[in-house]
Amino acid sequence: MIVPTKKQRFQTNVLPHLNSAFNLACWLTRSRQDAEDVVQEAYLRAFKFFDGFHGDDSRAWLLTIVRNTFYTWYQEQQKQRQETAFDEDMHDFSGVGVAGMAFADNNPETLLMQKDSERQLQQALHALPLEFREVMVMRELEELSYKQIAAIVGIPIGTVMSRLGRGRKLLAAILAPARQEA
Amino acid sequence: MMDHQETLELLPAFADQELGIVEAQEVQRHLDSCADCQREYAAQRIVSARFKKEAVYFDAPPHLAHRISSALPPEPVRAGSRRFSWMSLGGALAAGLALVWSLGLYLNLPSDQERLTDEVVASHVRSLQVDHLSDVVSSDQHTVKPWFNGKLDFSPPVVDLAPQGFPLVGGRLDYLAGRPVAALVYRRAKHPINLYIWPSNERDAAPQLQNHQGYHLVRWTWDGMNYWTVSDLAANELDNFVGLVRSTVRQ
Repeated sequence: MIVPTKKQRFQTNVLPHLNSAFNLACWLTRSRQDAEDVVQEAYLRAFKFFDGFHGDDSRAWLLTIVRNTFYTWYQEQQKQRQETAFDEDMHDFSGVGVAGMAFADNNPETLLMQKDSERQLQQALHALPLEFREVMVMRELEELSYKQIAAIVGIPIGTVMSRLGRGRKLLAAILAPARQEA
Repeated sequence: MMDHQETLELLPAFADQELGIVEAQEVQRHLDSCADCQREYAAQRIVSARFKKEAVYFDAPPHLAHRISSALPPEPVRAGSRRFSWMSLGGALAAGLALVWSLGLYLNLPSDQERLTDEVVASHVRSLQVDHLSDVVSSDQHTVKPWFNGKLDFSPPVVDLAPQGFPLVGGRLDYLAGRPVAALVYRRAKHPINLYIWPSNERDAAPQLQNHQGYHLVRWTWDGMNYWTVSDLAANELDNFVGLVRSTVRQ
Protein backbone atom coordinates (compact mmCIF):
# COMPACT_ATOMS: atom_id res chain seq x y z
CA MET A 1 0.00 0.00 0.00
CA ILE A 2 1.40 3.38 -0.97
CA VAL A 3 1.07 6.35 1.35
CA PRO A 4 -0.05 9.38 -0.66
CA THR A 5 2.62 12.03 -0.97
CA LYS A 6 2.14 15.60 0.22
CA LYS A 7 1.46 16.68 -3.35
CA GLN A 8 -1.17 13.98 -3.85
CA ARG A 9 -2.89 14.86 -0.58
CA PHE A 10 -2.78 18.51 -1.56
CA GLN A 11 -4.26 17.74 -4.96
CA THR A 12 -7.20 15.79 -3.54
CA ASN A 13 -7.84 18.12 -0.58
CA VAL A 14 -7.21 21.60 -1.83
CA LEU A 15 -7.28 21.61 -5.61
CA PRO A 16 -11.02 20.75 -5.80
CA HIS A 17 -11.79 24.14 -4.22
CA LEU A 18 -10.33 25.93 -7.23
CA ASN A 19 -13.69 27.35 -8.32
CA SER A 20 -14.31 28.92 -4.92
CA ALA A 21 -10.81 30.37 -4.91
CA PHE A 22 -11.14 31.77 -8.42
CA ASN A 23 -14.61 33.16 -7.81
CA LEU A 24 -13.50 35.05 -4.71
CA ALA A 25 -10.35 36.29 -6.45
CA CYS A 26 -12.38 37.55 -9.42
CA TRP A 27 -14.68 39.49 -7.16
CA LEU A 28 -11.74 40.97 -5.26
CA THR A 29 -9.47 41.84 -8.19
CA ARG A 30 -12.29 42.58 -10.65
CA SER A 31 -10.22 41.01 -13.40
CA ARG A 32 -9.94 37.40 -14.58
CA GLN A 33 -6.31 37.79 -15.50
CA ASP A 34 -5.31 39.17 -12.11
CA ALA A 35 -7.51 36.61 -10.39
CA GLU A 36 -5.60 33.80 -12.10
CA ASP A 37 -2.30 35.21 -10.87
CA VAL A 38 -3.58 35.72 -7.34
CA VAL A 39 -5.05 32.21 -7.21
CA GLN A 40 -1.88 30.60 -8.47
CA GLU A 41 0.23 32.51 -5.95
CA ALA A 42 -2.25 31.54 -3.20
CA TYR A 43 -2.03 27.87 -4.14
CA LEU A 44 1.74 27.94 -4.02
CA ARG A 45 1.58 29.49 -0.56
CA ALA A 46 -1.05 26.99 0.52
CA PHE A 47 1.17 24.14 -0.61
CA LYS A 48 4.04 25.54 1.42
CA PHE A 49 1.93 25.70 4.57
CA PHE A 50 -0.06 22.52 3.90
CA ASP A 51 1.90 20.50 6.48
CA GLY A 52 0.66 22.83 9.18
CA PHE A 53 -2.99 22.45 8.20
CA HIS A 54 -4.85 19.90 10.31
CA GLY A 55 -8.44 21.12 10.19
CA ASP A 56 -11.18 19.64 8.04
CA ASP A 57 -12.42 22.86 6.43
CA SER A 58 -9.87 23.06 3.65
CA ARG A 59 -12.05 25.41 1.63
CA ALA A 60 -12.18 28.11 4.33
CA TRP A 61 -8.47 27.59 4.92
CA LEU A 62 -7.70 28.08 1.23
CA LEU A 63 -9.96 31.15 0.97
CA THR A 64 -8.12 32.75 3.89
CA ILE A 65 -4.90 32.37 1.93
CA VAL A 66 -6.49 33.65 -1.29
CA ARG A 67 -7.73 36.71 0.55
CA ASN A 68 -4.37 37.41 2.18
CA THR A 69 -2.58 36.92 -1.12
CA PHE A 70 -4.99 39.36 -2.71
CA TYR A 71 -4.40 42.06 -0.12
CA THR A 72 -0.64 41.75 -0.48
CA TRP A 73 -1.03 42.07 -4.24
CA TYR A 74 -3.48 44.93 -3.86
CA GLN A 75 -1.13 46.94 -1.67
CA GLU A 76 1.62 46.46 -4.24
CA GLN A 77 -0.72 47.75 -6.92
CA GLN A 78 -1.64 50.76 -4.79
CA LYS A 79 2.00 51.55 -4.14
CA GLN A 80 2.94 51.29 -7.79
CA ARG A 81 0.03 53.45 -8.71
CA GLN A 82 1.09 56.15 -6.29
CA GLU A 83 4.66 56.00 -7.53
CA THR A 84 3.66 56.40 -11.14
CA ALA A 85 1.07 59.00 -10.07
CA PHE A 86 -1.69 57.58 -12.19
CA ASP A 87 -5.16 58.89 -11.79
CA GLU A 88 -7.18 56.30 -9.87
CA ASP A 89 -10.10 56.27 -12.25
CA MET A 90 -8.00 56.21 -15.37
CA HIS A 91 -6.02 53.25 -14.21
CA ASP A 92 -8.59 50.82 -12.95
CA PHE A 93 -6.25 48.00 -12.05
CA SER A 94 -7.35 45.55 -14.69
CA GLY A 95 -6.80 48.28 -17.24
CA VAL A 96 -10.09 47.35 -18.87
CA GLY A 97 -11.97 50.40 -17.72
CA VAL A 98 -15.51 50.77 -16.45
CA ALA A 99 -16.17 48.89 -13.25
CA GLY A 100 -18.12 45.75 -13.90
CA MET A 101 -17.11 45.56 -17.51
CA ALA A 102 -13.67 44.40 -16.52
CA PHE A 103 -14.63 40.94 -17.70
CA ALA A 104 -15.32 42.00 -21.25
CA ASP A 105 -14.24 38.87 -23.04
CA ASN A 106 -16.19 36.42 -25.11
CA ASN A 107 -16.91 34.21 -22.20
CA PRO A 108 -20.41 32.71 -22.11
CA GLU A 109 -20.74 33.93 -18.53
CA THR A 110 -20.10 37.46 -19.66
CA LEU A 111 -22.59 37.17 -22.46
CA LEU A 112 -25.19 35.83 -20.08
CA MET A 113 -24.46 38.77 -17.87
CA GLN A 114 -25.63 41.21 -20.50
CA LYS A 115 -29.17 40.94 -19.22
CA ASP A 116 -29.99 44.40 -17.94
CA SER A 117 -30.86 43.68 -14.36
CA GLU A 118 -27.84 41.48 -13.95
CA ARG A 119 -25.54 44.03 -15.51
CA GLN A 120 -26.80 46.69 -13.13
CA LEU A 121 -26.21 44.41 -10.19
CA GLN A 122 -22.74 43.56 -11.42
CA GLN A 123 -21.83 47.23 -11.76
CA ALA A 124 -23.32 48.12 -8.41
CA LEU A 125 -21.33 45.34 -6.79
CA HIS A 126 -18.11 46.51 -8.31
CA ALA A 127 -18.78 49.98 -6.98
CA LEU A 128 -19.17 48.57 -3.48
CA PRO A 129 -16.14 49.02 -1.19
CA LEU A 130 -14.00 45.89 -0.84
CA GLU A 131 -14.78 45.28 2.81
CA PHE A 132 -18.46 44.86 2.00
CA ARG A 133 -18.00 43.09 -1.31
CA GLU A 134 -15.85 40.34 0.14
CA VAL A 135 -18.21 39.37 2.95
CA MET A 136 -21.20 39.45 0.60
CA VAL A 137 -19.52 37.21 -1.96
CA MET A 138 -18.52 34.78 0.79
CA ARG A 139 -22.03 34.74 2.18
CA GLU A 140 -24.26 34.79 -0.90
CA LEU A 141 -22.11 32.95 -3.45
CA GLU A 142 -19.92 30.71 -1.33
CA GLU A 143 -22.62 30.18 1.31
CA LEU A 144 -20.14 30.33 4.15
CA SER A 145 -21.42 30.69 7.70
CA TYR A 146 -20.82 33.86 9.74
CA LYS A 147 -18.34 31.87 11.76
CA GLN A 148 -16.36 30.79 8.70
CA ILE A 149 -16.37 34.33 7.29
CA ALA A 150 -15.25 35.75 10.64
CA ALA A 151 -12.30 33.33 10.64
CA ILE A 152 -11.34 34.07 7.03
CA VAL A 153 -11.51 37.86 7.34
CA GLY A 154 -10.21 37.92 10.92
CA ILE A 155 -13.08 39.94 12.41
CA PRO A 156 -15.68 39.18 15.12
CA ILE A 157 -18.92 37.47 14.08
CA GLY A 158 -20.86 40.61 15.05
CA THR A 159 -18.81 42.60 12.56
CA VAL A 160 -19.60 40.04 9.84
CA MET A 161 -23.28 40.66 10.57
CA SER A 162 -23.06 44.44 10.50
CA ARG A 163 -20.96 44.46 7.33
CA LEU A 164 -23.47 42.22 5.57
CA GLY A 165 -26.32 44.39 6.79
CA ARG A 166 -24.67 47.63 5.70
CA GLY A 167 -23.40 46.11 2.47
CA ARG A 168 -26.91 45.09 1.47
CA LYS A 169 -28.27 48.53 2.31
CA LEU A 170 -25.52 50.19 0.27
CA LEU A 171 -26.17 47.88 -2.63
CA ALA A 172 -29.88 48.61 -2.51
CA ALA A 173 -29.10 52.33 -2.46
CA ILE A 174 -26.79 52.08 -5.47
CA LEU A 175 -29.37 50.03 -7.34
CA ALA A 176 -32.34 52.26 -6.52
CA PRO A 177 -31.70 55.08 -9.06
CA ALA A 178 -30.86 52.52 -11.74
CA ARG A 179 -34.21 50.92 -11.25
CA GLN A 180 -35.99 54.23 -11.76
CA GLU A 181 -34.21 54.73 -15.07
CA ALA A 182 -35.16 51.32 -16.37
CA MET B 1 -37.45 42.31 25.92
CA MET B 2 -35.38 43.28 22.93
CA ASP B 3 -35.72 46.92 21.98
CA HIS B 4 -36.12 48.38 18.52
CA GLN B 5 -32.47 49.28 17.99
CA GLU B 6 -31.21 45.87 19.07
CA THR B 7 -33.66 44.13 16.77
CA LEU B 8 -32.69 46.33 13.86
CA GLU B 9 -29.06 45.42 14.33
CA LEU B 10 -29.81 41.71 14.43
CA LEU B 11 -31.98 41.66 11.31
CA PRO B 12 -29.18 40.66 8.88
CA ALA B 13 -28.37 37.62 11.02
CA PHE B 14 -32.08 36.89 11.39
CA ALA B 15 -32.50 36.99 7.60
CA ASP B 16 -29.51 34.66 7.24
CA GLN B 17 -30.81 32.26 9.89
CA GLU B 18 -27.67 32.75 11.89
CA LEU B 19 -29.34 33.56 15.23
CA GLY B 20 -29.85 31.16 18.10
CA ILE B 21 -33.39 30.01 18.83
CA VAL B 22 -33.94 32.36 21.76
CA GLU B 23 -32.69 35.44 19.94
CA ALA B 24 -34.59 34.52 16.80
CA GLN B 25 -37.81 34.26 18.79
CA GLU B 26 -37.24 37.65 20.37
CA VAL B 27 -36.56 39.24 17.00
CA GLN B 28 -39.66 37.60 15.58
CA ARG B 29 -41.76 38.92 18.44
CA HIS B 30 -40.62 42.49 17.89
CA LEU B 31 -40.88 42.12 14.12
CA ASP B 32 -44.54 41.13 14.34
CA SER B 33 -45.43 44.54 15.70
CA CYS B 34 -42.91 46.88 14.05
CA ALA B 35 -43.47 48.08 10.49
CA ASP B 36 -40.01 49.69 10.28
CA CYS B 37 -38.30 46.43 11.11
CA GLN B 38 -40.52 44.51 8.71
CA ARG B 39 -39.45 46.83 5.90
CA GLU B 40 -35.80 46.51 6.81
CA TYR B 41 -36.08 42.73 7.07
CA ALA B 42 -37.75 42.53 3.65
CA ALA B 43 -35.05 44.78 2.17
CA GLN B 44 -32.28 42.53 3.54
CA ARG B 45 -33.91 39.45 2.09
CA ILE B 46 -34.59 41.00 -1.30
CA VAL B 47 -31.00 42.15 -1.83
CA SER B 48 -29.65 38.85 -0.59
CA ALA B 49 -31.92 36.84 -2.90
CA ARG B 50 -31.10 39.01 -5.88
CA PHE B 51 -27.37 38.66 -5.21
CA LYS B 52 -27.65 34.88 -5.03
CA LYS B 53 -29.69 34.70 -8.19
CA GLU B 54 -28.02 37.26 -10.43
CA ALA B 55 -24.43 37.72 -9.40
CA VAL B 56 -22.00 35.89 -11.67
CA TYR B 57 -20.19 32.92 -10.22
CA PHE B 58 -16.77 32.81 -11.83
CA ASP B 59 -15.76 29.22 -12.43
CA ALA B 60 -12.04 28.72 -12.83
CA PRO B 61 -10.94 28.30 -16.46
CA PRO B 62 -9.88 24.71 -17.25
CA HIS B 63 -6.24 25.59 -17.83
CA LEU B 64 -5.81 27.06 -14.35
CA ALA B 65 -5.78 23.71 -12.51
CA HIS B 66 -3.10 22.51 -14.87
CA ARG B 67 -1.12 25.70 -14.52
CA ILE B 68 -1.16 25.40 -10.74
CA SER B 69 -0.30 21.71 -10.69
CA SER B 70 2.71 22.25 -12.87
CA ALA B 71 3.86 25.21 -10.76
CA LEU B 72 3.92 23.10 -7.59
CA PRO B 73 7.41 21.98 -6.58
CA PRO B 74 8.28 18.51 -7.91
CA GLU B 75 8.00 15.51 -5.59
CA PRO B 76 11.32 14.55 -4.00
CA VAL B 77 10.41 10.83 -3.96
CA ARG B 78 8.25 9.22 -6.60
CA ALA B 79 5.73 6.63 -5.40
CA GLY B 80 6.95 4.16 -8.01
CA SER B 81 10.60 4.34 -7.06
CA ARG B 82 9.76 3.91 -3.41
CA ARG B 83 8.04 0.63 -4.13
CA PHE B 84 11.05 -0.46 -6.11
CA SER B 85 13.44 0.21 -3.26
CA TRP B 86 11.20 -1.80 -0.95
CA MET B 87 11.37 -4.75 -3.24
CA SER B 88 15.14 -4.62 -3.34
CA LEU B 89 15.26 -5.05 0.43
CA GLY B 90 14.81 -8.76 -0.10
CA GLY B 91 13.25 -11.82 1.45
CA ALA B 92 12.72 -10.85 5.08
CA LEU B 93 10.75 -7.80 4.19
CA ALA B 94 8.80 -9.67 1.55
CA ALA B 95 7.74 -12.18 4.18
CA GLY B 96 6.72 -9.33 6.44
CA LEU B 97 4.70 -7.80 3.67
CA ALA B 98 3.05 -11.14 2.96
CA LEU B 99 2.01 -11.30 6.59
CA VAL B 100 0.60 -7.81 6.50
CA TRP B 101 -1.21 -8.65 3.28
CA SER B 102 -2.78 -11.79 4.68
CA LEU B 103 -3.81 -9.82 7.77
CA GLY B 104 -5.41 -7.39 5.41
CA LEU B 105 -7.34 -10.22 3.82
CA TYR B 106 -8.32 -11.51 7.22
CA LEU B 107 -9.67 -8.12 8.26
CA ASN B 108 -11.52 -8.13 5.01
CA LEU B 109 -14.55 -6.06 5.92
CA PRO B 110 -13.14 -2.70 7.02
CA SER B 111 -10.50 -2.66 4.31
CA ASP B 112 -13.21 -3.27 1.71
CA GLN B 113 -15.09 -0.28 3.02
CA GLU B 114 -11.96 1.82 3.04
CA ARG B 115 -11.13 0.86 -0.49
CA LEU B 116 -14.64 1.71 -1.57
CA THR B 117 -14.41 5.05 0.23
CA ASP B 118 -11.24 5.80 -1.73
CA GLU B 119 -12.95 4.74 -4.94
CA VAL B 120 -16.01 6.89 -4.31
CA VAL B 121 -13.96 9.98 -3.51
CA ALA B 122 -11.71 9.35 -6.52
CA SER B 123 -14.74 8.98 -8.76
CA HIS B 124 -16.24 12.19 -7.37
CA VAL B 125 -13.03 14.17 -7.90
CA ARG B 126 -12.58 12.73 -11.39
CA SER B 127 -16.14 13.61 -12.36
CA LEU B 128 -15.40 17.23 -11.45
CA GLN B 129 -11.89 17.42 -12.88
CA VAL B 130 -12.61 16.29 -16.40
CA ASP B 131 -15.89 18.16 -16.46
CA HIS B 132 -17.69 14.89 -17.00
CA LEU B 133 -20.33 15.17 -14.37
CA SER B 134 -23.28 13.97 -16.42
CA ASP B 135 -23.85 11.71 -19.41
CA VAL B 136 -27.51 12.64 -19.47
CA VAL B 137 -28.16 16.23 -18.51
CA SER B 138 -31.66 16.71 -17.25
CA SER B 139 -33.44 17.96 -14.22
CA ASP B 140 -36.36 15.66 -14.99
CA GLN B 141 -36.37 12.38 -13.12
CA HIS B 142 -38.53 10.88 -15.91
CA THR B 143 -35.73 11.55 -18.39
CA VAL B 144 -32.87 10.44 -16.20
CA LYS B 145 -34.39 7.17 -14.99
CA PRO B 146 -35.16 5.65 -18.44
CA TRP B 147 -31.72 6.72 -19.64
CA PHE B 148 -30.24 3.96 -17.48
CA ASN B 149 -32.41 1.32 -19.20
CA GLY B 150 -30.24 -1.15 -21.07
CA LYS B 151 -27.10 0.35 -19.53
CA LEU B 152 -27.53 -1.28 -16.14
CA ASP B 153 -29.01 -4.57 -15.00
CA PHE B 154 -31.10 -2.77 -12.40
CA SER B 155 -33.30 0.28 -12.27
CA PRO B 156 -32.07 2.91 -9.81
CA PRO B 157 -34.63 5.00 -7.95
CA VAL B 158 -34.39 8.57 -9.28
CA VAL B 159 -35.98 11.33 -7.25
CA ASP B 160 -36.06 15.05 -7.83
CA LEU B 161 -35.37 17.25 -4.83
CA ALA B 162 -35.47 20.65 -6.50
CA PRO B 163 -38.26 21.97 -4.26
CA GLN B 164 -36.12 21.11 -1.25
CA GLY B 165 -33.11 22.95 -2.69
CA PHE B 166 -31.22 19.99 -4.15
CA PRO B 167 -32.05 20.06 -7.89
CA LEU B 168 -31.24 16.97 -9.93
CA VAL B 169 -28.87 17.93 -12.75
CA GLY B 170 -28.25 14.63 -14.48
CA GLY B 171 -27.00 11.08 -14.39
CA ARG B 172 -23.92 9.15 -15.38
CA LEU B 173 -22.69 5.59 -15.60
CA ASP B 174 -19.81 4.90 -13.28
CA TYR B 175 -17.81 1.91 -12.10
CA LEU B 176 -17.40 1.12 -8.41
CA ALA B 177 -16.71 -1.99 -6.34
CA GLY B 178 -16.04 -3.92 -9.53
CA ARG B 179 -19.39 -3.25 -11.17
CA PRO B 180 -21.25 -0.60 -13.17
CA VAL B 181 -23.30 1.70 -10.96
CA ALA B 182 -25.73 4.54 -11.43
CA ALA B 183 -24.40 7.98 -10.51
CA LEU B 184 -27.01 10.67 -10.01
CA VAL B 185 -25.83 14.24 -9.88
CA TYR B 186 -27.46 16.85 -7.69
CA ARG B 187 -26.48 20.36 -6.82
CA ARG B 188 -26.73 22.45 -3.70
CA ALA B 189 -25.95 26.02 -4.78
CA LYS B 190 -22.54 25.61 -6.38
CA HIS B 191 -21.71 22.30 -4.77
CA PRO B 192 -22.11 19.15 -6.87
CA ILE B 193 -23.31 16.03 -5.09
CA ASN B 194 -22.75 12.55 -6.52
CA LEU B 195 -25.19 9.84 -5.43
CA TYR B 196 -24.07 6.31 -6.38
CA ILE B 197 -26.60 3.49 -6.40
CA TRP B 198 -26.15 -0.23 -7.03
CA PRO B 199 -27.85 -3.45 -5.94
CA SER B 200 -26.89 -5.12 -2.70
CA ASN B 201 -27.79 -8.38 -1.03
CA GLU B 202 -26.91 -7.05 2.38
CA ARG B 203 -29.32 -6.09 5.12
CA ASP B 204 -30.62 -2.54 5.42
CA ALA B 205 -28.09 -0.30 7.15
CA ALA B 206 -28.58 3.15 8.63
CA PRO B 207 -26.68 6.11 7.11
CA GLN B 208 -23.09 6.45 8.22
CA LEU B 209 -21.19 9.68 7.80
CA GLN B 210 -17.50 9.84 7.22
CA ASN B 211 -14.96 12.44 6.32
CA HIS B 212 -12.34 11.59 3.76
CA GLN B 213 -9.78 13.90 2.15
CA GLY B 214 -11.91 16.93 2.87
CA TYR B 215 -15.10 15.42 1.47
CA HIS B 216 -18.09 14.19 3.34
CA LEU B 217 -19.53 10.80 2.48
CA VAL B 218 -22.68 9.11 3.64
CA ARG B 219 -23.49 5.49 2.85
CA TRP B 220 -26.50 3.35 3.63
CA THR B 221 -28.31 0.28 2.40
CA TRP B 222 -32.02 0.13 1.87
CA ASP B 223 -34.35 -2.31 0.19
CA GLY B 224 -31.66 -4.16 -1.73
CA MET B 225 -29.71 -1.11 -2.88
CA ASN B 226 -26.42 0.38 -1.75
CA TYR B 227 -26.32 4.15 -1.63
CA TRP B 228 -23.15 6.21 -1.38
CA THR B 229 -23.19 9.96 -1.60
CA VAL B 230 -20.23 12.32 -1.61
CA SER B 231 -19.80 16.08 -1.76
CA ASP B 232 -17.79 19.00 -0.47
CA LEU B 233 -20.95 20.24 1.24
CA ALA B 234 -20.95 20.77 5.00
CA ALA B 235 -21.77 17.57 6.92
CA ASN B 236 -25.15 18.80 8.15
CA GLU B 237 -26.26 19.79 4.65
CA LEU B 238 -25.26 16.43 3.20
CA ASP B 239 -27.08 14.81 6.08
CA ASN B 240 -30.14 16.83 5.19
CA PHE B 241 -29.81 15.65 1.58
CA VAL B 242 -29.60 12.01 2.69
CA GLY B 243 -32.71 12.42 4.82
CA LEU B 244 -34.61 13.79 1.83
CA VAL B 245 -33.43 11.03 -0.53
CA ARG B 246 -34.37 8.38 1.99
CA SER B 247 -37.82 9.71 2.70
CA THR B 248 -38.59 10.35 -1.00
CA VAL B 249 -37.34 6.95 -2.19
CA ARG B 250 -39.59 5.21 0.32
CA GLN B 251 -42.75 6.81 -0.99
